[in-house]
Amino acid sequence: METAQAVPPAQPPAPGEVAIEVEDLHKSFGPLEVLKGVSLTARKGDVVAIIGGSGSGKSTMLRCINFLETPSAGKIAIGGEQVRMRPDGSPADRRQIERIRTRLAMVFQQFNLWTHRTLLDNVTEVPVHVLKVPRAQAREQAHELLKRVGLGDRADTYPAYLSGGQQQRAAIARALAVDPAAMLFDEPTSALDPELVGEVLTVIRDLAAEGRTMLLVTHEMKFAREVADHVIYLHQGRIEEQGPPSEVFGNTQSPRLQQFLKSVA
Amino acid sequence: MTELLEALGLAKSAELLSLSPPGWGRNLLRGLAHSLQIALGAYALGLVIGLFGAYGKLYGGKVTRDLLAIYTTVIRAVPELVLILILYYVGTDLINKASSAMGGGRVEISGVGAGIWVLGIVQGAYATEILRGAIQAVPPGQIEAAKAYGMPAVMTMRRVTIPAMMSFAVPGLANLWLIATKDTALLAVVGFNELTLETRQAASSTRSYFTFFLAAGALYLMVTLLSGRIFGWIETWARRGQPSLKGGRM
Repeated sequence: METAQAVPPAQPPAPGEVAIEVEDLHKSFGPLEVLKGVSLTARKGDVVAIIGGSGSGKSTMLRCINFLETPSAGKIAIGGEQVRMRPDGSPADRRQIERIRTRLAMVFQQFNLWTHRTLLDNVTEVPVHVLKVPRAQAREQAHELLKRVGLGDRADTYPAYLSGGQQQRAAIARALAVDPAAMLFDEPTSALDPELVGEVLTVIRDLAAEGRTMLLVTHEMKFAREVADHVIYLHQGRIEEQGPPSEVFGNTQSPRLQQFLKSVA
Repeated sequence: MTELLEALGLAKSAELLSLSPPGWGRNLLRGLAHSLQIALGAYALGLVIGLFGAYGKLYGGKVTRDLLAIYTTVIRAVPELVLILILYYVGTDLINKASSAMGGGRVEISGVGAGIWVLGIVQGAYATEILRGAIQAVPPGQIEAAKAYGMPAVMTMRRVTIPAMMSFAVPGLANLWLIATKDTALLAVVGFNELTLETRQAASSTRSYFTFFLAAGALYLMVTLLSGRIFGWIETWARRGQPSLKGGRM
């Protein structure tokens, strides 16, 4: 292995406990610094909600965690395993990134289902081809997951024939199929018609209740308050305020967050 | 039947086109078979070149992209007939030079092999552009999803990008196939006995130009019609999962 100087050997504080650890993450797009050093710890079973205005860097932060964006600097550890990075922040070991990505399931704002595959095939695709799960087993599991998100009778339908809410629920089934260590939700309801938001939130709420670890970038403040164990408010690439939802929403300190909460209320 | 042909004054034509000598039908069919063989081979070669070319142009380094730009520009700028003459004579000459340099004798180059090679290079330039456009038309989110779930690059290409771009590529690729079938006729200039050359020989031997060229035209038309059907099926398959627009048939 070349590289990875400046990165100490993995030393998880309590193995098995911390699911995601982000330390002093920076990200610049050219001259524009979008993240100016943010840190985050999500323990197993935690639901961490990340809120903030548009351009605050919340989606970028989430996308850096699975390296869909290459961080400019910082440290990221998933399940106690330090991601090896070059000095410029780019991943040093492609295979490690691919392996770690299979442990993190992302749910996108625009669903991003594979449109040339049926829902069933969307859900089995990663287990069968990436994780090498036997096809029969993957299909059986996929049927169960689709049933769970209320799409049991739509297994053979193509995504284009479904509503946004149904597509997003299918995308959640696809995420669950990899049995992820943590789920990354990137504004999962922002592209939905208002009347379809509820059905998706219900599914996410159930997942939170069963102890799934998740990072949730969202504009749904009421929902964040209800399901999150920890809320992070990002403003211009920095964590402006964070804490348990009762504190962040009930006893807001930062005037900027007060302003923000008023504007989205 | 014979009387009907007689009445229409086509008896002589029927005789000329009959499959058994003295009819020339068998020669025409042999020419057609050669044409199709070359067209299929060149098309397949062109698709392979095109796929690498498209990926190279989209994701390659600067040198790769520059080389591919030269390739597609030059090939598409020069008339096919000139390219065929250049590639055929230069190609065979180079192979022979290489062979004698390594102490070998003169290599006999098969007409089919040379034809596939020459037309394949031409097809590859057009296929590069068709596939490049199709890949760019794939919603980036689908490729991003593959990445986010840990798919390696080649698997992403095989499982997501290529199937997703097919619906955008098929109309252009169908065009390209039809061009391939007709470009085989240009190989007549290097003496390859494909359909057009066979037709010319039959026509000049019998002085029945109209009959034979009309027959050849009919054969080319049949190939086109059949191809249309096949590409129609392929397009239906490639567009699976996409709500149909009215029309949209080749």
